Amino acid sequence: MGSLQLTSIRKAFGDHEVLKGIDLDVKEGEFVIFVGPSGCGKSTLLRVIAGLEDATSGSIRIDGQEVATVPPAKRGIAMVFQSYALYPHLTVKDNMGLGLKQAGTPKAEIEERVTKASSMLSLDPYLARRPAELSGGQRQRVAIGRAIVREPSLFLFDEPLSNLDAALRVQTRLEIARLHKRLKATMIYVTHDQVEAMTLADKIVVLNAGAIEQVGSPMDLYNKPANMFVAGFIGSPQMNFIPAERLGEAGAKTVGIRPEHIALSREAGDWKGKVVHAEHLGADTILYLETEQAGLVTVRLFGEHRYGADDIVFATPDKAFMHRFDVNDRAIA
Amino acid sequence: MATARTSYLRTGLIHLALISYTLIALFPVFLTLVNSFKTRNAIFREPMAIPTPSTFSLVGYETVLKQGDFIGYFQNSLIVTVVSIALVLLFGAMAAFALSEYRFRGNLLMGLYLALGIMIPIRLGTVAILQGVVAAGLVNTLTALVLVYTAQGLPLAIFILSEFMRTVSDDLKNAGRIDGLSEYAIFFRLVLPLVRPAMATVAVFTMIPIWNDLWFPLILAPGEATKTVTLGAQMFIGQFVTNWNAVLSALSLAILPVLVLYVIFSRQLIRGITSGAVK
Repeated sequence: MGSLQLTSIRKAFGDHEVLKGIDLDVKEGEFVIFVGPSGCGKSTLLRVIAGLEDATSGSIRIDGQEVATVPPAKRGIAMVFQSYALYPHLTVKDNMGLGLKQAGTPKAEIEERVTKASSMLSLDPYLARRPAELSGGQRQRVAIGRAIVREPSLFLFDEPLSNLDAALRVQTRLEIARLHKRLKATMIYVTHDQVEAMTLADKIVVLNAGAIEQVGSPMDLYNKPANMFVAGFIGSPQMNFIPAERLGEAGAKTVGIRPEHIALSREAGDWKGKVVHAEHLGADTILYLETEQAGLVTVRLFGEHRYGADDIVFATPDKAFMHRFDVNDRAIA
Repeated sequence: MATARTSYLRTGLIHLALISYTLIALFPVFLTLVNSFKTRNAIFREPMAIPTPSTFSLVGYETVLKQGDFIGYFQNSLIVTVVSIALVLLFGAMAAFALSEYRFRGNLLMGLYLALGIMIPIRLGTVAILQGVVAAGLVNTLTALVLVYTAQGLPLAIFILSEFMRTVSDDLKNAGRIDGLSEYAIFFRLVLPLVRPAMATVAVFTMIPIWNDLWFPLILAPGEATKTVTLGAQMFIGQFVTNWNAVLSALSLAILPVLVLYVIFSRQLIRGITSGAVK
């Protein structure tokens, strides 16, 4: 239970086309993440899958069933929202049980499923409370609990961690990862945060301006980006893009090299440059160099290094990790 | 300390303005109440004076309670006001929900059309309304008044409520849809409780003009059985002689129910919306 096929999904609001033909296959039990800059259509795509918006054209199949005319409650989905969206007048327990109650599930079964979900998320002490009496993290756990209780074939997450603070975000991320392992359910997750995407996903779908740029595992996207957009979007700090002609590379328009694939030396190397700014993070040192050959280049060194502003250094890119892009910004294999 | 002093001055001036406004607003009420407890001579000799043992009199209240069916008038006023408020809130909220929640062709035009009533006084249509009421056989019924007042209250209600409903989180409504709530359940169980303060505001704005109205009761329902309080009080005002004691007493009594209703709604106003739903 829990496969999804999207075929040429289009969605337009008036004249403005938000989704420009999305094709996607999600297999049972996969954790798929839609990632992209804001306004790329990822949330709209999720809402189309949920049935909260109608697609202008295209077909959506959940478990092989065409669901275009099926209301959200009958699609076998559950959704977790960025703003939690808990019912303010209901207790935690009733919040989690409402969907089942509407579907006419027997009371004993609702009770059993709510108990199971609440112990899974350690929400037991809060079952009688109302959302107003909970902290942000607890509220989001209730929202996740409300989704689990429905035992859906498809979990949909709409930026569930965006409202949480940094520490809580890491913790909740871990919880979602565990949940996926334990429930073996298909999950579709929307985020603009590439760290969340890289850490949680089996498969990442990179969206830009309403179209899919690339689909692949996190490491596929990191190692073999299909184009400059994906190369720039995945990885932090961002990949360095250098006009190929400056480096004398034939057959390409742009050359890309990730900051972590550049070696640094005080004595000798390919590119001579001056340190403009140094960021010492402890585990990493990030240097911004103004080089003679390649212009402004970001370099990431692991561990602590004693480089400071105005130091003269030599940078050498690792040729094996160089990416080459043609005039259409596509990667050259 | 300069800042502290200016802020004292500022708060002082603000309070002065507010207090003087309150005094001006309360003065007619005060005058009515005070004079309703005085003898007729005392009212004219010293209208501003507080009743003393020699000028104190309940003759106005006695007249009001003896002459005419004042309890009945009160009942009529209450029925008309409460039923009208209920209908205005129900239909106003439903229309506002539709306007704010659904994208459909003509949404904006429909909203403008419904808000038009705020700018055009309903009294301009009195003749047509009277003809309609006569044709429908509703002359001298409370139903006629309720219908007219519902129509009169709807434009403002829709205008205020649709603004408020736009602020209710979309995620919450969508969560309800995914949980299988019908659009009616979403409206009644999720949205209405969250816009309760706005409903109270609308109720107060709707209630007062209806309670105080003399025009439509006089035209549509002047019969003895359907008289409202404001119309009932008119019987003490004659062409040659006016029983001021009775008029003032009737008006004083008429303040009470509306005050009670106001207190009920304003508590809702102050209570504020249930937080914790989102964010």
